[in-house]
Amino acid sequence: MLAMNYRGPFRVRVDQKPYPEILHPGDAIVRVTRSCICGSDLHLYHGLVPDTRVGSTFGHEFIGVVEEIGSSVEKVKVGDTVLVPFNIACGKCAFCKQELYGNCHESNPEATAVGWIFGYSHTAGGFDGGQAEYVRVPYADVGPTVIPDWMDPDDAVLLTDVVPTGYQAAEMGGIKKGDTVVVFGAGPVGIMAAKSSWLFGAARVIVIDHLEYRLDFVRKYAQCEAYNFKSLEDPVLFLKKTTDWLGADVCIDAVGGDAAGSAMQTITGRKLMLQAGSATALHWAINSVKKGGIVSIVGVYGPTDNLVPIGNVVNKGITIRANQASVKRLLPRLIEHIKEGRLNPKEIISHRVPLEEAADAYHIFSAKLDNCIKPILIPPSARV
Amino acid sequence: MDTTEKDFSHINGWGIDADPENEPTYPIKKYTGDDHKRINWERPPLQPATVEVLHSNERPNLSAVFGTASPPKGLSGAIRRYAFKYSESSYGHWLPLLLADRVNVVEGIVDDLKQGHVPNIFAEKGWAAEWKYNRKAVLQKAATAAIVTFVVLVSLNKKKK
Repeated sequence: MLAMNYRGPFRVRVDQKPYPEILHPGDAIVRVTRSCICGSDLHLYHGLVPDTRVGSTFGHEFIGVVEEIGSSVEKVKVGDTVLVPFNIACGKCAFCKQELYGNCHESNPEATAVGWIFGYSHTAGGFDGGQAEYVRVPYADVGPTVIPDWMDPDDAVLLTDVVPTGYQAAEMGGIKKGDTVVVFGAGPVGIMAAKSSWLFGAARVIVIDHLEYRLDFVRKYAQCEAYNFKSLEDPVLFLKKTTDWLGADVCIDAVGGDAAGSAMQTITGRKLMLQAGSATALHWAINSVKKGGIVSIVGVYGPTDNLVPIGNVVNKGITIRANQASVKRLLPRLIEHIKEGRLNPKEIISHRVPLEEAADAYHIFSAKLDNCIKPILIPPSARV
Repeated sequence: MDTTEKDFSHINGWGIDADPENEPTYPIKKYTGDDHKRINWERPPLQPATVEVLHSNERPNLSAVFGTASPPKGLSGAIRRYAFKYSESSYGHWLPLLLADRVNVVEGIVDDLKQGHVPNIFAEKGWAAEWKYNRKAVLQKAATAAIVTFVVLVSLNKKKK
């Protein structure tokens, strides 16, 4: 079968790989019909995540058709069209039982600080992902969800990560009616966080980024204010001034370790890798939120250390809330939002690329070419 | 802010998920007390380990299910085995893994060549897209490289004389 094949930082290709096998009675094999490239895949692509092995297949946002099931699988059957949450969860450990499906303890042997994510390095479980024609899906009775007949598959594939991550970013912000919310990053997750903030009753939503085409998009799509930090002398000072000199009620870091905006952070975090990515967005979030405010983090950082003003967290009495999205917990509510037209995820898809051209798709997304917001890969069998 | 003065009717679903109980101290988990049972939950059936799978020394065993892609091998594999002697809290774990990743890139090229495949680095880096969407930058880089090469060659030639 065809599968994306990581060869090193900034190098991927599509090769033939063996068809995946059922290795556990709870497994299913899914024929992929759509697979996204996620902004967090770019951290892998840029070589920032330790234990990213050559030969790995990325891809944690995908939907497809169940082709085979293991002997104990009961909730999905061959022929079902399913969306597969990006995090793999057993449903039995103490964390899954409490709906922390992003923190399962029975799926990633390689690290205790990370749950298991499809196609996201051995630090996140060492499992081939969905940027392929077929993929092995463990715990098929827990994560995979049959896509309702009425749902557009483009909406469904974005429910595997982008929508729940953006929504949970707003949820973790503990937004109260009337709050001012600042979202750092106008990538797909930031766009969804801005859109979702209104559902929680925000009175003002501000997005900060440096790519004009994305700022234009988020202004229209999420009906919010959007500013280019390159045109602001000091984004933190700007945010203080525009919030009556107090700071925002809630700040959301939807960027993570690939952030631009600070030469020191870029050099130490992205170029020299002396810290686990560039923490510029988190730095700004901590300094832009009000005293007693909440900083919600969904941006992805590596597992080592980052330079952030932790003293300001203490002195301002800031609460930090963060986690990988608990996709399975959020799906019923998000499906309802899409059905009622409150969320319309598929509008953020900017590029549809044949799986065979994954190398070009990665470069377009990474280099922000052709006004790229969200690329999806289509395997050959889904194009007929 | 007093939201009663503002009209949000243009935003479909405004405030529909507002939850006064969603305070920072209110965890986004359905608390069951299972934390206190520690690791004594009923484990799923265990996947047989048919390839080498490294596991964090912060857990006693493999998880019930695990990935089998790209088992450790070669020099990079030896470095990874060394890294897993250290906890996730230690640089001794993460820095060798980053080193192993870089060594693995060279191993990947050697493996390609052994199999008679010369990797097309330009295609793997997506330069076709760069040429299509960012041609000016490609030409600028090519011109810069040509000028630098020319200057270096001329200076080397002068030294020889």
